[in-house]
Amino acid sequence: MIAPGARTVGSFALIAILSGCTTAYLDIPIETPIQPKLDVRPFSRVFVAGFVSAGTDDVDGNLETVRLLRSQLRNKGTLRVIDADALALGDLVAGENGAAGAAPATAPATAAAEVSDDMAFAAYEKVFADKEYWKKVGEEMQQPLIVTGTILFRTQQRSGFVQRERETFDALGRRVVQPERTYMERKGFILRPSFIFIDGRTGETLHTETFREEILYNANQTTPPLSSFFELMDRLLPSFLNTLSAQKVRGSRTLLK
Amino acid sequence: MLRFLVVVTLLSALSAAPAYADARGDARQQVEFGIAVAQKGLWREAIFRWLRATELDPTYAQAFNNLAIAYEHEGDLVKAREAYEKALRLDPNNPLIKQNHDLFKEINDRTGRKDGR
Repeated sequence: MIAPGARTVGSFALIAILSGCTTAYLDIPIETPIQPKLDVRPFSRVFVAGFVSAGTDDVDGNLETVRLLRSQLRNKGTLRVIDADALALGDLVAGENGAAGAAPATAPATAAAEVSDDMAFAAYEKVFADKEYWKKVGEEMQQPLIVTGTILFRTQQRSGFVQRERETFDALGRRVVQPERTYMERKGFILRPSFIFIDGRTGETLHTETFREEILYNANQTTPPLSSFFELMDRLLPSFLNTLSAQKVRGSRTLLK
Repeated sequence: MLRFLVVVTLLSALSAAPAYADARGDARQQVEFGIAVAQKGLWREAIFRWLRATELDPTYAQAFNNLAIAYEHEGDLVKAREAYEKALRLDPNNPLIKQNHDLFKEINDRTGRKDGR
């Protein structure tokens, strides 16, 4: 014969034992250090030289990118950032080829959307490969690591079926959320920067990194292009910074017993 | 003769069972100690303990999972990947190991990304 009190205590003990057995895991925060992709030890300074930009006229892709990268490198990088005027790479090509033959530094949004992304910048490839030019720039800036490249920021429009949740109430007044496929007109932006890292001592290209980010909104939503530009840049900045300096990625994992 | 063989087989099976249980028990102690020190930030000590656990019981998927996390924390992504893969081979249906591995892959892929196109 077991007393009712003892039975209750026994039940609680059993539950405690069982729950002890089932909590065989533990979430733990971790910080993963990521080594830089580029060995920047030979350099003490970095010069964000400027970019060839194309796409929408609403954002000056060159100046905004130069400002943003310099500020990020100043705060999170290990190299001293050179504050000098950004180079007008578009004018450089126009000067070489004559205004008629050169691609515009900032092409209208419609034109950029029509031509393929790669063709928009084809005229500038030889500028990035011009070792003598970059060596000269390097000599003027005390042989830094040079960051240059292309920035494509253009509008996009897309229509199609989008899945979203529809809220209804049943006969008993309970809230029911059901997935629903709706045809929608959407518009947004595409950002496709290509960062080229050049050795200011030799003028040689050390590393090239290309990203592509896009964002879409409802057609009736008005979002300033500059705000979208920074939102898209924010997504790829950790990877850009990781090219030059070690970064720590914070996360959480589950330890098991 | 047949009876003798059956008895020998049974005895060897019975003697192996406690040995396996002991190995898992010892490995489990190492794993738990590793968890305790990892919580205090002593990840190198945790790695030592979890490595010991995998030596004691090479079928202990949880120990390999923890080892992978510790390697990830130390930035040794190659060893982390190997340990995660081993853990998944041993326990392919464990959702928590799968989740950890997916999160790890996200970081590992990002470090190798050179062209976003």
